[in-house]
Amino acid sequence: MVAAEETPRSAQVRAIDRLATAPWWLILILLAGVILVFQFSTSATYQAVFARILAGLVLTVYITFVAYLAALIIGLLAGLGRVSKNTVIFTIATLYVQIIRGVPIIVQIFYWAFVITPLVIGGLNGLGNALAPLLGADNSLTQLTTQKFDNLYRIIFALAFAYGGFEAETFRAGIESIGKGQMEAARSLGMSYAQAMRYVILPQAIRRVLPPLGNDLISMLKDSSLASVLGVRDATNEARLYAASTFRFVETYNSLAFTYLSLTLILSLIVKLIEDRWKQY
Amino acid sequence: MADQESIIRIENVHKYFGNVHALRGVSTFVREGQVLVIIGPSGCGKSTLLRSINGLETIDSGKIIVDGNVVDASHKNINAVRAEVGMVFQQFNLFSHLTVLENLTLAQIKVRKRSKAESIEIAQELLKKVRIPEKANNYPGQLSGGQQQRVAIARALAMNPKVMLFDEPTSALDPEMINEVLDVMLDLAQEGMTMLVVSHEMGFARNAATRVAFMDAGRIVAEGTPKDMFDSPTNERMKQFLSKILH
Repeated sequence: MVAAEETPRSAQVRAIDRLATAPWWLILILLAGVILVFQFSTSATYQAVFARILAGLVLTVYITFVAYLAALIIGLLAGLGRVSKNTVIFTIATLYVQIIRGVPIIVQIFYWAFVITPLVIGGLNGLGNALAPLLGADNSLTQLTTQKFDNLYRIIFALAFAYGGFEAETFRAGIESIGKGQMEAARSLGMSYAQAMRYVILPQAIRRVLPPLGNDLISMLKDSSLASVLGVRDATNEARLYAASTFRFVETYNSLAFTYLSLTLILSLIVKLIEDRWKQY
Repeated sequence: MADQESIIRIENVHKYFGNVHALRGVSTFVREGQVLVIIGPSGCGKSTLLRSINGLETIDSGKIIVDGNVVDASHKNINAVRAEVGMVFQQFNLFSHLTVLENLTLAQIKVRKRSKAESIEIAQELLKKVRIPEKANNYPGQLSGGQQQRVAIARALAMNPKVMLFDEPTSALDPEMINEVLDVMLDLAQEGMTMLVVSHEMGFARNAATRVAFMDAGRIVAEGTPKDMFDSPTNERMKQFLSKILH
């Protein structure tokens, strides 16, 4: 009796629960998407805006993935340095991480573009001049100029090193989260420190830090828009230039924001799929 | 006491953790094929002594000689020693991202440089020996504690060690799983494996040990055959200890 009375009620509760926990935010975003797609198909302004954004999007995606891959490599090396018992390696890695964490990313970008790049080019010119007796006065080193080093590469360097500092701390946390018994067991079997890291510690640590690494990929996509401050023609810069010349600010930034949002949602879906695939033990 | 035939010789070993003097001049030996069981209250330094033998702890003075290789404060020959010494931990320490079979083959391939096929064959033989051949493709997380510890023993044996060290191998196990691990260890002892065991299992010590050493406060205070040590202990501290654990 009691059960018979409760069944319809609990079905109702479940229905309300489902309504309350439905991904309304996603539905609202999709709704906005539908409206925008309608605009793209009917409004000539939106079509023009979107064409400009698409033209820059290739560069946005290129910067994101190249800088992110480089950041992973830099971060892994620096992260290993942060757990090293070698004082010199530890100090270099820690210095790098602390500098990166303490300087705003946009300042880092200007620094790479306008301080480090000219310094390195100048240094190479000096080297070319010094080697002139050997290589000839017009050797390739003396011919380098700052202008020849594209701003695209400067922004990739800047983002890679900026994110590398954060990935370093992520990798360090992952490595330190693996119990020290794993390292002891590996070393007891005669493995070197490097072998133990490579085959025992890192495979476990990286699985654990996949969620924060995935988040950083999404952040990288967003921060790639900073390329526009160096005049690189990424999606943001194309949109900015279009809006400035047509005064169509509303259409432009609606489209730009939605483009980034769609990309980040797709990326977080991919990241989630990868996480699920790796959760096997 | 110690002589040239001992496969492990420990001479006047001292070890400090900060200000704590954990090992205070420990000397003992193990001959080939013998089983030395080290007992004693917690904090007496028995695990530290065991971990010093394969260099998981560095000693501050004294000398440990394993099969002719000297382990001293300089920590120089440690890889040569580790190749000859198998270690079994209280917490098993199986590699949790690898299957049981991969746990057994990894070091064989990377350290002993065996082929994959050969190492798999050896691994399967050993899994039979520790009586869980059917778990080869499971992950450690899917095994009971007793099964995990038996895999850990097989993993150490796969390297063909001359000596096996056991650091409280049954202390983290449910009571009903202790015997399955002790049985495997007893088999090993009877096959003539040289073993150094830190344990609270007095039954095992009585059945398997060639000698029993009792440690207290960083020293070996009594040492002898299990019969002498358990049936007619002369050391006061040892008598106290036994009366507390044999209820």
